Amino acid sequence: MNVRLQIEPQGVIVRPALAYRSLAFALGAALLCGGCGVLDGPVLDPHGPVTLAERDLLFKAVAIMMIVIVPVFIMAALFMWRYRGTNKTARYTPNLAYYWPAEILVWGVPAAIIVWLGLHLWHYTYKLDPYNALDPSVKPLEVQAIAQDWKWLFVYPEQNIAVVNELAIPVSTPISITITSDTVMNSLVIPALGGQIYAMAGMQTRLNLLADKPGTFWGRNVQYSGTGFANQQFQTIATSKEEFDAWVEKAKQSGSALDAETYQELAKPSEKVPVTYYSGVEPDLFDKIIAKYAHNDAELTPHTAHAEEAE
Amino acid sequence: MEQELFGRLTIDSLPFYSAIAASGAAVTVLGALSVMAVITYFGAWRLVLFDWVSSIDHKKIGIMYVMVALVMLMRGFIDAAMMRSQQAIAYNNEGYLPPDHFDQIFSSHGTIMIFFMAMPFLSGLINLIMPQQIGSRDVAFPFMNSISLWLTTAGAGLVLVSLVIGKFSTAGWTGYPPYSGSQFTPGVGVDYWLWAVLVSGVGSTMSGINFLVTIIKCRAPGMTMFRLPLFTWTVFVTSILMIFAFPALTVACGALMLDRTFGFHFFTNEAGGNMMNYINLFWLWGHPEVYILILPAFGVFSEVVATFSQKRLFGYISLVLATMAIGILSFTVWLHHFFTMGSSARVNSFFGTMTTIIAVPTGVKVFDWLLTMYRGRIIFKPPMLYTLGFLVTFVIGGLSGVLLALPPIDYLMHNTTFLIAHFHNMIIPGVLFGYLAGYMFWFPKAFGFKLNEWWGAASFWCWIIGFYLAFMPLYVLGLLGMPRRMEHYEIAAWQPHLIIAAIGAFIIFLGIVCLGVQLAVSIRDRKQALDLTGDPWNGRTLEWATSSPAAPYNFAVLPQVQSIDAWWDMKARGVAYERPKQYEDIAIPKNTFIGAVIGGAGFVLGFAMVWWIWWLAILSLAVIFAAIVIRASDDDTDYVMPASEVKKIEDARFAQLAKAPKNEMADDPGFAGDPAPEPAT
Repeated sequence: MNVRLQIEPQGVIVRPALAYRSLAFALGAALLCGGCGVLDGPVLDPHGPVTLAERDLLFKAVAIMMIVIVPVFIMAALFMWRYRGTNKTARYTPNLAYYWPAEILVWGVPAAIIVWLGLHLWHYTYKLDPYNALDPSVKPLEVQAIAQDWKWLFVYPEQNIAVVNELAIPVSTPISITITSDTVMNSLVIPALGGQIYAMAGMQTRLNLLADKPGTFWGRNVQYSGTGFANQQFQTIATSKEEFDAWVEKAKQSGSALDAETYQELAKPSEKVPVTYYSGVEPDLFDKIIAKYAHNDAELTPHTAHAEEAE
Repeated sequence: MEQELFGRLTIDSLPFYSAIAASGAAVTVLGALSVMAVITYFGAWRLVLFDWVSSIDHKKIGIMYVMVALVMLMRGFIDAAMMRSQQAIAYNNEGYLPPDHFDQIFSSHGTIMIFFMAMPFLSGLINLIMPQQIGSRDVAFPFMNSISLWLTTAGAGLVLVSLVIGKFSTAGWTGYPPYSGSQFTPGVGVDYWLWAVLVSGVGSTMSGINFLVTIIKCRAPGMTMFRLPLFTWTVFVTSILMIFAFPALTVACGALMLDRTFGFHFFTNEAGGNMMNYINLFWLWGHPEVYILILPAFGVFSEVVATFSQKRLFGYISLVLATMAIGILSFTVWLHHFFTMGSSARVNSFFGTMTTIIAVPTGVKVFDWLLTMYRGRIIFKPPMLYTLGFLVTFVIGGLSGVLLALPPIDYLMHNTTFLIAHFHNMIIPGVLFGYLAGYMFWFPKAFGFKLNEWWGAASFWCWIIGFYLAFMPLYVLGLLGMPRRMEHYEIAAWQPHLIIAAIGAFIIFLGIVCLGVQLAVSIRDRKQALDLTGDPWNGRTLEWATSSPAAPYNFAVLPQVQSIDAWWDMKARGVAYERPKQYEDIAIPKNTFIGAVIGGAGFVLGFAMVWWIWWLAILSLAVIFAAIVIRASDDDTDYVMPASEVKKIEDARFAQLAKAPKNEMADDPGFAGDPAPEPAT
């Protein structure tokens, strides 16, 4: 199934206007000149529409705030020089303590900027809610991510495979990742594709992502989780549909299945676990991991961090 | 039997398992021993104990707070330097710190800098200055003030002791469960953190009550609320925040302590615990806390910028309203610390918007300070340098703060070094520069002589250059995706930035060295820099009306306040330094060791609870209870200084004034003239 995303008509992700692109270039170039190499970083070189949109908001917000930042720099430099104590030619008004037009400006201009920013904030926060399907007309690829000490287990329920420390996804297909933790609080992020969301035991959170270019990007836990934290990372491989199918087939051939017993063994703390494929998965493994932390009190159903609000 | 006596404390708790940990312990122990040796060498135990430890004079308590803060600043900086050097070398290798040690270091760095550097520094400056600014002879509850000091010191002591006996927490300064629960971190580390925070948190709550009541009840005649100096206004709002915010921290940490020590399930994964409740409670304190820290620094900047621009503060009412607005808004934004916990877009948008709104009053303040400089005559003394450095640098932190307040951007930047860069960008130029400016501004008031200006300026330049080098790379690293708290990493592009950041940390170290040299040189040369008038900067507010250092009663006769900038106004009207016709008897609280005893028992209580030595915990609680009962049944807590003695002290002061220059700032090339009455328009 070759899905072509019709993103703009749904208004989910808006491509950046040319102006912001050139601004991005100017900013990026400035940073590059400083020898930063930041252009190659995942945030400023996105491989998916989510990071791209998040980056655009970043540039817009920086640009609008220059309205107050630049005057501060100019005033500070100018006043320091002009009104230095030794300059007896500058005007000196020791009792000037109030001037109403100035008061209106110092309250009004920041307030106006915040109104502008606030409107954008609401708009973008709803648009980029990580729980939102990127394209409601397309059935996303479902992935279940389980945080363990100190590795990530990804289960593909439809394909009935699982893999440790590697996430393969087909390009241009929306991915819907449901997330939980079988240990302490974690946070799942693949910066080239989008922002993060926490993983918590007994709860399910969600990330919707999409890669629009093939490539390999790092992802990891970014919520400190103990001594193995620094090693808790994985590669995300975005490939064509055909290569993805071949990858699934490879996992299917691996021979070992992830049954309850194998899972128990896997869930024990371990570091630098090599990529491991499982050709089959214990039914409802993800839900069982969540249910493990729930309790019998009928009134207290398993927590879901996000009240799944009806849209 | 052994377990009943010592709980889980054994000989293996001593840090002989690692050379680095052992040397840290050795430095701590040797530091303590050498302080004692110095006191013994100078035969100063009597002075230390009877004039200082037992003192409930707000000025001495303030000085002791600042001493605690400066010691802990050094300790916290050593942690920072170790992290920076580890990360600078740990590309594709393990560096020199194993994860368990690195994790203790970032945890203790944050804990120390917030709770045991910034908080004591803040309480110290407030104690020293605020009562004098409002024309009061003391704080409202001098004895409670002493308890606050010693409980804070007890907390700091617990953090220091963890270096020698046992380990410190690895759960970060925020101690998020379930990681900080006993299932995942069973040792004593998190308990040390909890008890340090619990013990000092009680002290901070009491400080808040004390400061607030002092401002409401102890103002001099004529000192109406809208004549209060801006520093006092910020203390007023900060105290309210302390009173309302700290109980949330105490509850969160108390519940976590019950989880860990007594097997409760508030925040565990299992049995109905919910870690999200801790995170909400923690930040319900944590966000107001950053304003608790920064508002008094804003107050210092307001005093400094007006004094050294030789001009009235611009937009006084605006600044007061902005302070109050920040105080109220600070309780409406806590969720922005966890936009990524899965809240709905509606919740995140609300908290994001409230957060961006805080930028408005903060922006107002920045512009009002700039407009204070406008048409002034600026004198670039070290406190003013820190203020100017703050003004320029702080807006960059404000910019990154607004970016993080936008939830979609926060999804990307949360938990990265961008966040670290942001809050250090607020806390170093905003909070620490403010406190250092206050330290150099008010040092003469505390000790009677001025600090060396050359070394002060040198410390400023090291701090600001070091700051930019240390933290601008962290912004870039955040855009490169680098998470915080990484013990090692495998991405080559990160390393150059981390090396620059380590160089920045080294320059900040030079700044700290300059502060030490400044203090030493100033003590050596104090005779040349005496502040004979009590008013070294041609000041505007009432703390400059007292002698330097101020007499135990501050004001022999309470001042009559007629305007904002009361002292400037008195000088302009020619009524400053007027000799009163007669003096009166003044009641002064007697020194007492009970505050120090309660602090010491608080320390022992914490230590006993950390190690599960139950009998000792019960004993120390009993000591605290007994101390309070003894104090409460003591009706003879004051002594009366007779008018004759007041007269003797004041006569000496007027004799000194007669020898002093009329205006200590008159020699400065930027001096704009003595205070003069406002020209009739």
